[in-house]
Amino acid sequence: MSEVSAQSVLAHLFQMGKVPKKKRSVADKVRKAKTSFEIKNNPFEVKINRKKFDVLGRKSKHDVGLPGVSRSKANNKRKETLLKEYKQKGRSSKFIDKRFGEYDTQMAPEDKILKRFALERQRVHDKKDLYNLNEDEELTHYGQSLAEMEKFNDAVDSDDESEEKGLLSAELTASHFGGGGLLRKKTGGQQDGEETHRAKSRQELIDELIQKSKQEKRERQVRKEESQELTEKLDQEWKSIQALLVKKTPKCDRAEEEKPKLEQYDMMVRELVFDMKAQPSEKLKTPEELAREEREKLQKLESDRLRRMMGEEVEESSQSQSHISADDLHDGFILDKDDEKTLSYQVGDKRRQAVCVEDGDAGEEEEEEEEDDNADEEGRRRRRRGSRRPAMMKKMVTLTWSPSKKIKAQQEAAKAELPYTFTAPESYSDLKDLLQGHTPDNQRLIVARTQKSNHASLAVGNKLKLQKMFGFLLEYIGELATRSPPELVAVDKLIPELYSMCQMFPEAACKAMQSIFEDAGHTMEEVLEVKGHVPFPALDMLVYLKVTGLLFPTSDFRHPVTTPALLYISQALTKCPVRSLQDVTSGLVLCCLGVEYVTFSKRFLPELINFLAGTLHLAVKDKTSLGSYTVVPPFRPTGKCSDLLVLSDSESCASWTKKSLPLSATRHLELRSDPTQTQARLTCVSTCLDLVKRCCLLYKDLPSFTCIFRPIRTLLSEHLSAQTLPELLQILESIGGAAVTRCRLVLEKKKPIPLKLLTPKIVEVLDYGKKRGCNREEREKERLKHKYKKEFKGALREIRKDTRFLAREKLTEVMDRDSERKRKVRELFGSLATQEGEWKALKRMKSK
Amino acid sequence: MAPSKRRNVILRITAEQSGKRAKIDLNTKVKDVLQDKKNANDVFDILELLESEKEKDVVNAVNACSKLFSTLLEKKDLFLGKLPTGEEEEAFIGGLSAEEKYRLFMRQRYSSCVEMLLEHLDHELYSVKESALCCLMKFAEGEGRHPLEDLDWSEHYSFPRELLQGVVDRLLSRTTENSMLISRFQEFLEMEDVRYYVMSSIRENVGKVLAKNKGALIPVYQNNVFSLMSNISIPSQESGLTNFMIKQEAKHDDWKVAKLNEHKRAFEKMWLGFLKYKLPSNMYKKILVILHDSILPHMSKPTLMIDFLTAAYDVGGAISLLALNGLFVLIHQHNLDYPDFYKKLYNLLEPSVFHVKYRARFFHLANLFLSSSHLPLYLVAAFAKRLARLALTAPPTALLIVLPFICNLIRRHPSCRVLVHKPSTQDESVEDPYLMEEEDPAQCRALESSLWEIKTLQSHYHPDVAKAAGSINTPLSGLEDDISELLEKTTYELMERDLKQTRKTVPLEFETATQLLKGGGDVLGQHFCLG
Repeated sequence: MSEVSAQSVLAHLFQMGKVPKKKRSVADKVRKAKTSFEIKNNPFEVKINRKKFDVLGRKSKHDVGLPGVSRSKANNKRKETLLKEYKQKGRSSKFIDKRFGEYDTQMAPEDKILKRFALERQRVHDKKDLYNLNEDEELTHYGQSLAEMEKFNDAVDSDDESEEKGLLSAELTASHFGGGGLLRKKTGGQQDGEETHRAKSRQELIDELIQKSKQEKRERQVRKEESQELTEKLDQEWKSIQALLVKKTPKCDRAEEEKPKLEQYDMMVRELVFDMKAQPSEKLKTPEELAREEREKLQKLESDRLRRMMGEEVEESSQSQSHISADDLHDGFILDKDDEKTLSYQVGDKRRQAVCVEDGDAGEEEEEEEEDDNADEEGRRRRRRGSRRPAMMKKMVTLTWSPSKKIKAQQEAAKAELPYTFTAPESYSDLKDLLQGHTPDNQRLIVARTQKSNHASLAVGNKLKLQKMFGFLLEYIGELATRSPPELVAVDKLIPELYSMCQMFPEAACKAMQSIFEDAGHTMEEVLEVKGHVPFPALDMLVYLKVTGLLFPTSDFRHPVTTPALLYISQALTKCPVRSLQDVTSGLVLCCLGVEYVTFSKRFLPELINFLAGTLHLAVKDKTSLGSYTVVPPFRPTGKCSDLLVLSDSESCASWTKKSLPLSATRHLELRSDPTQTQARLTCVSTCLDLVKRCCLLYKDLPSFTCIFRPIRTLLSEHLSAQTLPELLQILESIGGAAVTRCRLVLEKKKPIPLKLLTPKIVEVLDYGKKRGCNREEREKERLKHKYKKEFKGALREIRKDTRFLAREKLTEVMDRDSERKRKVRELFGSLATQEGEWKALKRMKSK
Repeated sequence: MAPSKRRNVILRITAEQSGKRAKIDLNTKVKDVLQDKKNANDVFDILELLESEKEKDVVNAVNACSKLFSTLLEKKDLFLGKLPTGEEEEAFIGGLSAEEKYRLFMRQRYSSCVEMLLEHLDHELYSVKESALCCLMKFAEGEGRHPLEDLDWSEHYSFPRELLQGVVDRLLSRTTENSMLISRFQEFLEMEDVRYYVMSSIRENVGKVLAKNKGALIPVYQNNVFSLMSNISIPSQESGLTNFMIKQEAKHDDWKVAKLNEHKRAFEKMWLGFLKYKLPSNMYKKILVILHDSILPHMSKPTLMIDFLTAAYDVGGAISLLALNGLFVLIHQHNLDYPDFYKKLYNLLEPSVFHVKYRARFFHLANLFLSSSHLPLYLVAAFAKRLARLALTAPPTALLIVLPFICNLIRRHPSCRVLVHKPSTQDESVEDPYLMEEEDPAQCRALESSLWEIKTLQSHYHPDVAKAAGSINTPLSGLEDDISELLEKTTYELMERDLKQTRKTVPLEFETATQLLKGGGDVLGQHFCLG
């Protein structure tokens, strides 16, 4: 069915539909006829809203209203929307009018008609041929377009029929078979005129065509004969020359030779395609620039740290990374860089860090490391060198294939044990199973790989998994430290992983650490309440304290992790009685940690000094002549454990050389022979002295420096002999040498109270009698409330009007139906009456 | 009597020894004995069981005895008067009727039973001890109601003093710790008459035992005495004396036991008798801890404690600190004049004050003593300076007490402001003129000094301490800080404050951690290795 006919039918239908709707109020009709100007000037149409006050300079929109106009507008709108909906109610099928611009309200109906007509004409015009009505449809045979098939056929049989074939489909069909006439009748009536004109010249036209085709046929035959002659001639000539060609290669060989050539070319092309195109990049920085940037970054971090140390309030923004993309999930994933490095504090590039980690290891180790880095992207386990861009990689793999197979084989063997991906452990025992039985290096690799294969950017739950894993890892470290002997090497290897995870999830790391300190602090408090003293913290707590120092800044004025950690150290140093050399060692480890914690901020840690003084007191031989200094608990002036560090023989002192004590000495110390005991004592004393020295340097600026170090000074100068301890004199010097720079304490000056200002304070009053909130939010809230109320009322009014309108419509519908029925009934009655009349008349006639 | 029969009994009892049956047996036996005087010999079976090895049997037997003899006491079926001894017995019995004989027999059994029970108070098992004690107290009650002495009760007050004395003697054992039993005994001490007689018994016992030892320490015994005595508390008003074990029908109001003053006197005598002798140092502390609120108020003349307290105050250390509390009560309520009190208090200030358990109590009292506005300026300054000096060795919890304490001192005595504010014309450095070793606060030149120590503490590692120390930088506000809530603060509470705080961002260390021992100045790495 053609569009034209469809449209006409539709138009007809619509006009039919409009018939019952035609009832319009008279006012509407009148208004429609009038122009807007007329309406506005008509005093019966206009309603003037009287104003109470005239406000100068205020323009009122609503001083004149046109109630009639607005009512009819609303009515029309309802008819267009609500009424339609009402009519459509309960119907599931829908009538969509696809005519041009049917639903375009902007367009004038005249325009619409014009445009539709133009389109119609255009469509007709586009048709190449009048008679092929199915032009749009493509005929197929076995799924192939017939037209296409026809074209190919041309090439196959080079018969002369080819040219005629095209004609056959077009004009000839029409002219030869006359089917066109039948089809033509269906087309619109407008073309009838043309058709009659053509019908006249039909006979002539056909004759002409036949003549034309015959002529062409003849011409073609002649041309073909000529070309055949020419080719035969050429062949003969070629045969005569053929003998002259010396090298005769078989045809198949030639084909093979060509192939590799082609591939080489292909390769070149592909190479060029895959090769990095020159992209605009940042210009290379000069070393000076790099150094400057580095310095600036460090300065920024440093100033940040200093500010926190002074206890100033930290704005949230300063914490965040300076260049966060809008899509950043805050999971530490940075697309372009290696995954390993994350978050804000990025000092030094990755390579250097890796080297630094593997410090002192063999070159093979280095390569292993490199491979580890790329393990997940390079599933085929091929080695590569130099560039790390994946695009370049493919080429490089083919070119530099295994230069040193031996090393590779070794690596393969080594790697065969460890898989490349791990599932994140769900519980602590999972993690333990994962790491149990591996060498420390491999444990580190496993943790690193687990971390990578469960990177937060890879799946939704991964972030949580890794956060949990941090807790488990901490627990694991604690367990490693509590084993006997403690596996501190493994702990050491895990530190970089802990650090990187901590950088990724600071909050989770903070929570995990806090819970450790909470537990430890709580148990310590409980034991203290019951017994009054506690044993020194075990090695795992010492390790935790150290790890805290590595992961979190210890110089902050107040930090959620390091402040409790320091409190814990201080508590341990004051409440744990020293009863053995192990205790002394534990205490000294705590002291070391304390010194490390306060090194940067130079904060005063009284417990540290107390403990050092107490430790030195343990080395004093003659405890009876104490006098000038007092020891602070947990140490006692005399008692059974107060001679722990007294050196029995001075000869062994001469042979003693400083060796660092193992951390495990805090728990277990082999002291079988007397010399080793002396050695251990000497080590403790020397450590203690070194710490004293450091403290001297740290606290030399404090105003009470001499008071703080007085006990230690008297201890060193009067009670310990300088022969056995050569460092002694140095320290004494540094204590004595500290300049006393004390000024009288003076209160800070108060700021002068500013004079009273006499200029009047101007407060804007913009109330106009309306109550309004004083600040912006309240005003905004008030405004929105008001608006809501207004809108609500308006909507209510509209809904009421809608229902009224619908009711009216229903009523008219009912009335229409009733009147129709009445009419029909009357009609029936009328016809019946006439029938009756006729019958009666007939009867009467008969009777007559 | 019939030894052969008794042997039979033993055989029979050893033959059948199932617990429950034995109990039922016992009950029936008790019933038999009570019903018919013919069955009187069954008493031996019960008494035999008292010496059994089995705990259950003994307890059952004790219960049976308690039932039996209290019923007999009530029925007045026990012989009244003094029991004849030795040779007299035969003659004595001869002149008695059958009824009398029965009573005498029962009375003898009763006294042997009491003896056995008293021995059981030293039993290893607590349950045996407890039931024996209860049983004895029940006997005591019965004896009180129905006295065994044949006296004119309108003249005398009946109370089984001997029995109670025996119980107390056993309770205050020299070899075993009886604190559990003593706390069980406390229930009976609620009764006024029991308490009164127990107090006098204790006094007698203590005098006897400690005098015999010539003042040497017997820690177990003294511990027992202390736990028994510390359980004794006297109602504060005469009207509170209502709970008596034995009501004296006649002349109740004239009875000594019914008078609060007598109670107080007995209490006082008891304590003084105990404190007269040398005490172990932990006992000293224990006594001093409870002295001010459970001993001094119950004494009729608290001033009698002066000697003890001054001696304790002179001991030094924690004991002195504790004695302070008692002294305070005496000074405050009983008008005690103590020479050089403040000097001694000043000398009590040692580094250990910040570390001992009684820190809170000490500072509470020190705050009270120094709250007077009539104290001389030099004294207040000396205290402030000394506390500040000691603060250099104090843990953070103590610092949080001491710093507001010093600030309060300066507030109360505005002239002390020179300690924190002494503008001088020349900007030279000054030596600290304060003499730490000087014992006399008047001579220590504290007023010439300044509180540099607090300035030092401004760089303390703990943020709260640093802030508290920072308050001397600005003129102090008029209101005193309330230190009472700071007194009991523990380190864990301080830790918790930081641990519980939730912060949006956690600052991190920016130096990459590579090894366990690296970082933070490498102090640990220099002295220790992983090994």
